[in-house]
Amino acid sequence: MSRIEKRLVSLNGNKALVAFYTAGDPDLSASKDIFAVIEKNGADIIEIGVPFSDPLADGPTIQASSHRSLQKGTTLKKIIQLVADIRKTSELPIILMTSFNPVFVYGKKEFVADAVKAGVDGMIIPDLPPEEAEEFLGIAEGLDLVFLLAPTSTPDRIQQVGKVSKGFIYYISLTGTTGTKEALSAGLKNKVNEIKKSVSLPVLVGFGVSGPEQAKQAAEASDGVIIGSAIVKLIAEHSDPAERDRKLADFLTSIKKAINP
Amino acid sequence: MNKYNLPDAKGHYGKFGGKYVIETLMPALQELQTLYEEAKEDPKFQEDLRCYLKHYVGRPTALYFAERLTKHLGGAKIYLKREDLTHTGAHKINNTIGGALLTQRMGKKRVIAETGAGQHGVATATAASLFGLECDIFMGEEDMKRQSLNVFKMRLLGANVIPVTSGTRTLKDATSEAIRNWITTVETTHYIIGSVVGPHPYPMIVRDFQKVIGEESMRQIMEMEGRLPDTCVACVGGGSNSMGLFYPFLENEKVKLVGVEAAGLGVDTEKHGASLTKGSAGVLHGMMSYLLHDDDGQVTEAHSISAGLDYPGVGCEHSYLRDSGRATYATITDAESLEGFKLLCSKEGIIPALESSHAIAHVAKLAPKMKKDEIILVCLSGRGDKDVNQIADRMGVSL
Repeated sequence: MSRIEKRLVSLNGNKALVAFYTAGDPDLSASKDIFAVIEKNGADIIEIGVPFSDPLADGPTIQASSHRSLQKGTTLKKIIQLVADIRKTSELPIILMTSFNPVFVYGKKEFVADAVKAGVDGMIIPDLPPEEAEEFLGIAEGLDLVFLLAPTSTPDRIQQVGKVSKGFIYYISLTGTTGTKEALSAGLKNKVNEIKKSVSLPVLVGFGVSGPEQAKQAAEASDGVIIGSAIVKLIAEHSDPAERDRKLADFLTSIKKAINP
Repeated sequence: MNKYNLPDAKGHYGKFGGKYVIETLMPALQELQTLYEEAKEDPKFQEDLRCYLKHYVGRPTALYFAERLTKHLGGAKIYLKREDLTHTGAHKINNTIGGALLTQRMGKKRVIAETGAGQHGVATATAASLFGLECDIFMGEEDMKRQSLNVFKMRLLGANVIPVTSGTRTLKDATSEAIRNWITTVETTHYIIGSVVGPHPYPMIVRDFQKVIGEESMRQIMEMEGRLPDTCVACVGGGSNSMGLFYPFLENEKVKLVGVEAAGLGVDTEKHGASLTKGSAGVLHGMMSYLLHDDDGQVTEAHSISAGLDYPGVGCEHSYLRDSGRATYATITDAESLEGFKLLCSKEGIIPALESSHAIAHVAKLAPKMKKDEIILVCLSGRGDKDVNQIADRMGVSL
């Protein structure tokens, strides 16, 4: 069993909290500190965002964060080093979320070898759907490739994605980009149920889950929530590290409480 | 090359092309492909398209023997395929009429598009007006300054022009923003992509709507010269006018195909748009293709005097044609393109678009090296009215 699977099984019916933040924003040494704060305050899995020049699935919050991180000279290589560094003291599952191009340019095989060695557990590559992932799936030994489903996904696609996804299914709660502020759709529960009928993996809900109230609703309909833009925004708004860490801790505690009352 | 039948069923041209997009869009791409394949076989759809192209766009466009230019250059005979004479003044309208007809067939009421020079934006706004569709155009703020006339035209035509302020504020970012909007509105909106780029089936659909350029050219040159040209030349930004010209000639291996990329300030500087000449394979905007990017896979800025060529990527089929050797790709600098622009103004009484001026400038290098009985067929993809202000500026003339 992978580290991600073990963690999700160990929840024993409790809802999972996955936290996302962008590596290198405000800088890579802060990223290490932020990881520790998130770990301490109840995240079950941490998704580390790899900044990309043209993040197509991201709304303004994560776009701006990516941009700041790139300005600071963050690269995929440095992020893998960051993970290796974090792994010395943490056993929390780590997923890298990235656009495909940085991985492609790194070299797929070299990337898998380096990432696994550093202690990366899984990958979310939004612009690499199953149709284009065949080769990568063949070589990604040791990494759980988490695939996404969306409100627009047809029954055929649910089957197809369910067959290849590892660890869990990332269900995109709304037809939109990350960080969209919108009430969760009434169809969320139905769609998650539809997915769970044909896929045995846990289904976690992300995109547009911004606060405790939405997290509660999303968790009631699924196996857990993924929070990204709200965390990234909070980090961006607090330049004082102590203040930032305190706010982050409060926020995560409130989410944790909302999803597992 | 024997039978040419790309893309394959998954939308690949060799290793290029594909569908590198988020799951939210995958069902829409599948739907579009099915709908397009039905439309392609539907005589009614084809007849509608033909009628609009004939009576509204003004096709077929002329193939014109540029006699004075030919004499001036002293080599091969030069023929201009006059896409500048279409309604709205560029080849882009061939694709947007097709795209609007597909939108109607889908029963969707809204279209979106990205635009660089504004030609595709104007062509989309035109088609939207013609078919009564709501229309939002995404345009980089920088390009809105460079092409203010086209911005005004789009607004006159009833389109909403949305300034894009992310990144370099040019075509790349306008495309990213259009894709983001499409991710949000995919259930009610059709995205009319302006070039042979993006996820499958777009590069194929846009090529098919543009291949009328090559088909007409082939027929016309046979009528006028009784034989095919020796060389076809067209500029390449995303590469839709060149793909449209080249496609019908692909199986005639004796016809050389030459695409002309923007060298900007020079291909050895960092300021150019020559993806096929200086880039390497990568993934941007839903496809695998040649791309300008750094060692970390971050997309770098492109540069060209011409907004339509100011793009760090290129159509995936061009990437395939480059690697297979069926087409070759040359580059023309900003300064050379201005010489091409002036040359056509002074020798033929035609004001070309800056994009097309790149093709003309390359012809000016090529023709003198060829024999007098050889033929070059060059796509004059658009007219230059939109560029006149910018050129006056550069010449230090205030209008």
